[in-house]
Parts: sequence; C-alpha cells; structure tokens
Amino acid sequence: MELAIGIILGCCALGAGICMGIGAIGPGIGEGNAVSKACEAIGRQPESKSAVTSTMIMGCAIAETTGIYSLVIAILLIFVAPNIMVNILKSAIGL
Amino acid sequence: MKNKELRFKIVDVLLLALIILPLVAGLVIKVLFSAPAEGISITGAQIYFTIPMPIQNFPVTEAQVNSLLVVFCILGICLYMTHGVRAGVPTRRQALAEWAVETLESMVHENMGPFFSGFAPFIAGILALSALSSLLSLLGLFAPTSDVNIVAGWAILVFILITYYKLKGGLLNYMKSFTEPIFVLLPLNILSEVATPISMAFRHYGNVLSGSVIAVLISTALAGLSNLVLGWLPGVLGEFPLLRIGLPGILSLYFDVFSSCMQAYIFAMLTMLNISGGFPQDLYEERKRRKAEKRAAREKNAISNS
Repeated sequence: MELAIGIILGCCALGAGICMGIGAIGPGIGEGNAVSKACEAIGRQPESKSAVTSTMIMGCAIAETTGIYSLVIAILLIFVAPNIMVNILKSAIGL
Repeated sequence: MKNKELRFKIVDVLLLALIILPLVAGLVIKVLFSAPAEGISITGAQIYFTIPMPIQNFPVTEAQVNSLLVVFCILGICLYMTHGVRAGVPTRRQALAEWAVETLESMVHENMGPFFSGFAPFIAGILALSALSSLLSLLGLFAPTSDVNIVAGWAILVFILITYYKLKGGLLNYMKSFTEPIFVLLPLNILSEVATPISMAFRHYGNVLSGSVIAVLISTALAGLSNLVLGWLPGVLGEFPLLRIGLPGILSLYFDVFSSCMQAYIFAMLTMLNISGGFPQDLYEERKRRKAEKRAAREKNAISNS
C-alpha cells in the first residue's frame, strides 16, 4: 500500500517536471524568434518602436499559450491528481 | 449655490464609499470565514457556504463572491467618474473618463470595423472586469480570475457571441464553413471551433494562477533560506524571515500588475478579433439584400392583387 502510494506520488511529480520541461521549449523558441524579429524591425525603423513593441507583447502572450497549457497540466498533476489517484487506489483495494 | 456644492460633495463621498466598501467587505468576509491557515499552502478558492439544491449542492466560493464585489466596485468607479459631467470646460475626472471612452471606442473601431462599433461598452466591460479581478490579488484577496470557472464563464459568453454572429450569414453557410477547404477537415474544424473558448479560458486563468503559485513558492523558499542563514540569531531576529523582504514585492509588480493588465488586454483583443473575424460580412449583406428584395416583391404582389 505504502509502496503503491509512493509510486503514485513519485510518478505525479516526475510527470509534472517532464511536462513543464518539454512544454516550455516551444514557447521559448517562439517568443525568442518574435523578440529577435521585433528588435530587427526597431533597428530598421526606430520611429515605429511603440507599435512594434505592443504587437510583439501581444504575439508573445499568445505564443505563450501552449506553455500555459503544460503549466496547468503540471499544476493539476502536483496538487490535484495525487489525491484522486490515492482515493481510487484505496477504493479499489477496499479500504 | 453653497447648498448645491455641499450636496455635490456629499454624493461624491458616497460614491467613493461605493468604490471602497466592496473591497473592505471582501476583506471582512475573508477574515470571518477563513479557517486559520498553518504556514503557506496553495489551495483553490475557498468555499464559504453551500446552498442545498435538489440535484447537486451549490457551493458559494470565494471566487464568486469576489467577482460580484468587483462588479459593484466597477459600478462605483463608473458613477464616480461620470458624476458632475458638464458641457464646456470639463472637470479633471471628466477629462479622464472621456479619454478612456474615446480610446476604447477608437480601439474597437480599429479592430472590429464600423459594423461592430456598438461593441465598445461590452469590450470595456470585459476589460475592466478582467483587469480589476486580477488586480484584486494586490489586496491579498483571492483573484477571481485564478479560478477557472469564472474565466470559463466569460469565454463561453464570448463563444456564444461568436457563433451568433457567424450564424448571421445563414445556417447553411455556417455548416458549410466547417467543410472548408475540403470535406476531410470536418473533425479538425469542429475541434478548432470548440478549442477557441477553452484556449481563451485557460490562457487567462493559467497566467494569473501561475503568478500566484510562483509567488507562494518563492516566498516559501526565501523564508526557508532566511531560517537557514539567520536562524542562529537569538529571539525574534532568528524567527523573522528577513530575506523575504523585497524580492516578492518586485515579482508581484510583474505577476500581479503587469501580467494581469496584459491578460485583460489580450482577452479583450481576442474577443474583438474572434467576433469580427468570424462574421461573414459579404454573406450577411447578400442575405439582407435578398430579403429586402423578397419583401419588396411581396408588397408589389399585394398591391397588384388589391
């Protein structure tokens, strides 16, 4: 019983870590691309700085979405999933 | 003249109280209902009380109460800003209110086109509600936007609006738009249609929640660190988490102030773009024209018959 609960908790933590780690790659690359292009645009046309900056922040926030999804999954795995899993285990054993 | 000025000031103070009272009420309710917490913990919205219902009990949570309080607060702000509006030389707060209204109207007009100019109050409502709900965490209250139910409610409302304006081009055209560019993409199109409200809700909720989670984690870590470094000092000095001063405040400036305003802006922006982007302008105009022609023909028939 203790072993099973330990495995559940460990797997939840591991899953959350892997989820966040892999999920952060995509938004990181995407936002880096966006910011580099924005810097280029500002360098070419310094007078359009405010428009470029606001558009870039907007685009960055939207590119962040997939990262936020993985964050939500990670938070669920850490704070919500262990309780549910342990309860399922207990009811399956019949405690 | 003096009497009038006095009355104006009294109403002013009452309106200011209407702004501040909901926030105070939120704090008082939180203090009254919340159980004494042990240490720092990350929990969802607290359930104040449950109303028994036939099918399932209806829990009244912190998030619902706080979002209602925010609504009253916004009402107070609107009344206060527009109190004493006069033509001619504007007062200071009238100038501010006019600036806000004009900015929002021009924003809506720019992003949604002239057909949706009437949407400015709705967009302003969403923007204010979302921004103030997130900023509520500055007072130590539970931000309603870090509960997925509240944000999902707004997202579903926006989804209904999107579908309504898509249906204005005719039911058949709406169904046909799912099979474009080819019929095989039907399931994917349905999936992407359903994903719109889900992604809007999760984007907003995830950003606000991540801010609060990171803030709690960092302040816990700093308390532990200061216990480790300064724990050998005698008495109060050792127990006081000295390292916790400063850094959480700076983080809160980003996560609570910048991020919440940003998310509110993005939510409003996506609402505008989704509603105006899904609306088939040419189909709607064609349908309207055909309807008008039909009606004219019918009237002609009626006239010739009689």
